[in-house]
Amino acid sequence: MIQLLLFNVTNGLIIGAFYVLMALGLSLILNLSGVINFAHGGFLVLGGYLAYTLTPFLGYWGALIVAPLLTAVLGVVIEQVLIRRLYGRDPLYSLLMTFGLAFIFEDATRYVWGAQGLPVTIPAFLGRPVSPSLFFITYYRLFMVVVAAVAVTLLFLLLRYSRVGVRIRAGTLDLETVSTLGVNVGGLRALNFALGIFLAGLSGVLAGGQLGLDPTMGSGLLMPSFIAIIVGGVGSLPGTLVGGLLIGIASGVTAVFFPSASEAVMYVLMALVLLARPRGLMGEEGLMT
Amino acid sequence: MKESGRTHPAVLVAIWVLLLLAPYWLGLVGGYTALGARVLVLGLAAMSLNFLLGFTGVLSFGHAAWFGLGAYGTGLALKWVAASTPLALLLGTLLGGALGAVLGAMLVRRRGIYFAMVTIAYGQVFYYIAYRWNALTGGDDGLRGFSRQPLEIGPWHIDIAANGVAFYYFVLACFAAAVALMALLLRSPFGHSLLAIRENERRARFLGIPVEFHIWIAFALSCVFISFAGGLYALLNNFADPNNLHYSLSGDLVIMAVLGGMRRFWGPLLGAAVFVVLQDYVSSLTTNWMSFIGLLFVAVVLFFPRGLLGIARRRSLA
Repeated sequence: MIQLLLFNVTNGLIIGAFYVLMALGLSLILNLSGVINFAHGGFLVLGGYLAYTLTPFLGYWGALIVAPLLTAVLGVVIEQVLIRRLYGRDPLYSLLMTFGLAFIFEDATRYVWGAQGLPVTIPAFLGRPVSPSLFFITYYRLFMVVVAAVAVTLLFLLLRYSRVGVRIRAGTLDLETVSTLGVNVGGLRALNFALGIFLAGLSGVLAGGQLGLDPTMGSGLLMPSFIAIIVGGVGSLPGTLVGGLLIGIASGVTAVFFPSASEAVMYVLMALVLLARPRGLMGEEGLMT
Repeated sequence: MKESGRTHPAVLVAIWVLLLLAPYWLGLVGGYTALGARVLVLGLAAMSLNFLLGFTGVLSFGHAAWFGLGAYGTGLALKWVAASTPLALLLGTLLGGALGAVLGAMLVRRRGIYFAMVTIAYGQVFYYIAYRWNALTGGDDGLRGFSRQPLEIGPWHIDIAANGVAFYYFVLACFAAAVALMALLLRSPFGHSLLAIRENERRARFLGIPVEFHIWIAFALSCVFISFAGGLYALLNNFADPNNLHYSLSGDLVIMAVLGGMRRFWGPLLGAAVFVVLQDYVSSLTTNWMSFIGLLFVAVVLFFPRGLLGIARRRSLA
């Protein structure tokens, strides 16, 4: 029983780390540009598949870095060509646009790579279990959590200390003032978009090594990321971090006792948070409500 | 008040004549009666959503939840409660409407993107319940084992179960009743208050309109209407499945409203007709219909943000 619980808590933590990576990317874009990126799951899947294609040429480690970068480049192209036009308009339009893009992404990956699941090959030593008694924890699982933790730490350091990071945070609060202070807001938004998409691509590569790849996996990960943002509070990145881990662990623990409710528990958590604290755990009143 | 979408009488007559004669002309242009019923049902769903989206200015992106609840409620009632089509439809509508009203109460202070996100997430709750609760809902395979029953009105016996044309007229009668009620609501002082909230929420508040209460009532009414449409959809297919609740259907309904023109009363019906016919046609041609629908979304946003009727109107003003 203890082992089962431990297994599911670690499982929840790992899933939570995914949600966090994905939700932080969504949150970055939402906060600065006011766009809910429905295509985020599509970018995640694309990152995974690019890693699958690149691994024979670059090895796993090369693909781990290059695939998310390529995904981010494509993200910026799409942002510049399509999404940029919708900034400042009714959020309805950016929702519909990214919704349509998500359809196109899913269909395109199916067209290029086929509908069957594909594995991302991971280095052999990562596939081994940590110890015989903890057979369910492979080194890869630890590795995923470490990569996610490093990525999140770097992101927060970037936002806290770098010039660009400060501008992104300032823009979240008052983009107009940032603009009048002479910051190129268009460039800032593109860079911020790239950062968000990079995180999506990275989670795609990591997820591919654990779960394998299939064209529909993106939409399955999208909804938990939404909930992570709502639970944590719209507008707060630390909130998103907490929210993602919380729903990951909650669904992991629920899976022990009541497996068929492991998705539903996230929504229950969201409803409770919205009832008790409508702005979310760490959200600020008045921001984007 | 052109903005409230009052339609020219001649156009109104044309719409109703087309709808009334649909079983006779649909076959001539390569359609079929069930496709006509599908357009009516999804058109009613899109108009119900637009009651909120276009006329109150509230961005709900999870309306498939209430549509699907209506469908499941109707199917379950036919299966377990009584073999009566009207009673099942009533129970389905009540299920979706009541849950919509309760959850809507938690939403009324949210606006814009936040409202959209929370409505999407709420919608998915019911998707997972339908998907997971095998014993009641049939899970992923969908709810089967019910079928619409012939109508018994006094001495008359109308066989809507086997006769597709009779069923079309049943759907049309339901559609007409719902749409008439919706039009009456929009013309009432309540409907004008909704328009005022859409145009300028702060001013509406200063004029003493209880904004949250109005949005709540509008949300609940919209849920009732769309659950009714969902119930009709279950009757049309004799089937309900979790996709009736999924957020991708919510997106489809929003695009129908926008494609037709969400500031016009009849816009969503036109949008639904175009969308349903295109989807039917394209999915028979290619397996890549998802890309096609995706491109349609992108094209609508870039080129027809005011919808087809919006373009027609701009032309006529110029």
